[in-house]
Amino acid sequence: MSNILDISNVNKTFGGLHALSDINLKVEEGTIHAIIGPNGAGKSTLLNCCIGRLIPDTGTVTFNGHNMVGMNPYDINHAGMVRVFQTPEIFADLTLHQNVMIPALSKRDGTFKFNPFADIRAEKDIQEQARQVLEDIGLGPLADHHAGNISRGDKRRLELAMGLIQHPKLLLLDEPTAGMARHDTNKTIELLQKIKERGMTKIIIEHDMHVVFSLADRISVLAQGRIIATGSPEEIKVDPRVKEAYLGEETEE
Amino acid sequence: MQNISASTRNRDLVMLGIFTAVVLTAPLWGGLIGAGYPDLLQKFAIFGLFAVGYNILFGLTGYLSFGHAAFLGIGSYTTVWSFKLLSMNALPAVMFSVIMAGLFSLVIGFLSLRRTGIYFSILTLAFAQMSYNLAYSVLTPITNGETGLRVLNDDPRVIDNALGIQIEGSPLGTLFGMELTGWNGFYFCAVMLILGFWLSIKIFRSPFGLKLVAIKSNQTRMSYTGFNTQPYLLSAFVISGMYAGLAGSLMAIVDPLAGAERMQWTASGEVVLMTILGGLGTLIGPILGAATIKYFENIFSAINEQVLQNAFSFLPDWLNSFFVFITNPFVGEGWHLTLGALFMLVVIFLPGGLMQGVSHLSRMIKGKGSADADKGDA
Repeated sequence: MSNILDISNVNKTFGGLHALSDINLKVEEGTIHAIIGPNGAGKSTLLNCCIGRLIPDTGTVTFNGHNMVGMNPYDINHAGMVRVFQTPEIFADLTLHQNVMIPALSKRDGTFKFNPFADIRAEKDIQEQARQVLEDIGLGPLADHHAGNISRGDKRRLELAMGLIQHPKLLLLDEPTAGMARHDTNKTIELLQKIKERGMTKIIIEHDMHVVFSLADRISVLAQGRIIATGSPEEIKVDPRVKEAYLGEETEE
Repeated sequence: MQNISASTRNRDLVMLGIFTAVVLTAPLWGGLIGAGYPDLLQKFAIFGLFAVGYNILFGLTGYLSFGHAAFLGIGSYTTVWSFKLLSMNALPAVMFSVIMAGLFSLVIGFLSLRRTGIYFSILTLAFAQMSYNLAYSVLTPITNGETGLRVLNDDPRVIDNALGIQIEGSPLGTLFGMELTGWNGFYFCAVMLILGFWLSIKIFRSPFGLKLVAIKSNQTRMSYTGFNTQPYLLSAFVISGMYAGLAGSLMAIVDPLAGAERMQWTASGEVVLMTILGGLGTLIGPILGAATIKYFENIFSAINEQVLQNAFSFLPDWLNSFFVFITNPFVGEGWHLTLGALFMLVVIFLPGGLMQGVSHLSRMIKGKGSADADKGDA
């Protein structure tokens, strides 16, 4: 299988802080690649460099054969790399159904379409797609609620639905289960496994080892802005550097 | 699903129908509230149109422009020039005004939308004040400066002359020979208002409109969702600018005169008040707000000290002069004090504007009715 994402030699500094140092990361198409690491390791910075929120100081982010560095966030989205945010970035004034329709419209209309005479209620395809995705993710009954009024866990799931409806080639998940109850976490894992079968590549940043080891095909460990190990879950579990930097602390708890 | 969307679409048609009926019968019911004369009803329609357009920018995208009076003025000037050069017919005048306001708003919008929030507001304000000063002094050959631009008997009027239409007395805007003053003028404005309202419903219900609301809700997210928000905002800005141009054009049609004061920032501020007072982001709210402000302006600015003395004449002399002293600053020239108080009351107690009050009322009435009504609504 080919690499859908190839991050090479990416550096990013904020003032004196070296947030990312010489990051090299290849993600194979159709896999789930987990990035783990302690807080402040640079995981979210790395994702931000991928989707155009930050521009790396050096290096390239090659997605599907094209360098994404310096491209507009909306063009990166249409290239097929979509991020699900850690803190829910939803449209609080809209209903859940509308929240999911927006990314579906983006997929159909592109970066800009002026259609003031079309009727949103006549867009049966988009309406139906949005209902279906909400159904799949278990938010069906809340479809007509305002997104600002739902629980935090539900907002996280709505985030996920907004990413999934675009059928991206690569989905970047930033701690998709953080703040969820165990029951919801398991449901989310189940859902992500289901989507895995459809062949959508995913990068997943996660603290919850239960989630990581039940989903990931490969794991990269990030510590202090460097990738210290990459390998299969089994390899990572026994890697002494990883234990020292990360898992060791975790198991003491 | 299908039934729901079909019924909401029917509800829009019903709303448009009721709106049309209310507007066209205004000369009949207007008399009941003391507004039954054409000048005031024309103002309702013109400022209603201005606010409906402004609401497409401010209400949907949340971008607060303080410069929309510039487009109002540009519409007026263009209309008067169309009267002077081409014809007293209102249709070409309206067309040119809308196009011209559209062009200006394209430029001003393009530049102002480089920034968001308060910086956007300040930029629009700066551009509008520049336009005002240009109109007031620098561009006197085009705008006739502080005297204002008016239509003269010996203007060229190429089309009218070619058709052999002669003008006796002072020139007035016409629609194929029918003079657009008084009730005719009102009906012309009313038809434009209904068309403008219809277009606004269309925009609100379109995917384009939904995206504008989403931009208001979370613009950053929109760009990570694959939307280039800039052209969306610019489209909304230009559409609202064109509405303003249309409103300005109508002002000059019912009274063929254009002055720079129409472009002053207070006029831009007024449309902000109208929109918020009526209900930001609602369909009817802005029109309600515009009519409310123009109605109270008409009542309060007509009152003077003499009227107050008569009103309080049943009181003993010393009480009479006391009440006159207290209320006098709130009327006549000082009616803006009343407007300020009214605005504060609405914003504090009805943050959603008058429309929020209307929906409270209708819910109260429904609550008293049978429970079936609620089921039908849901």
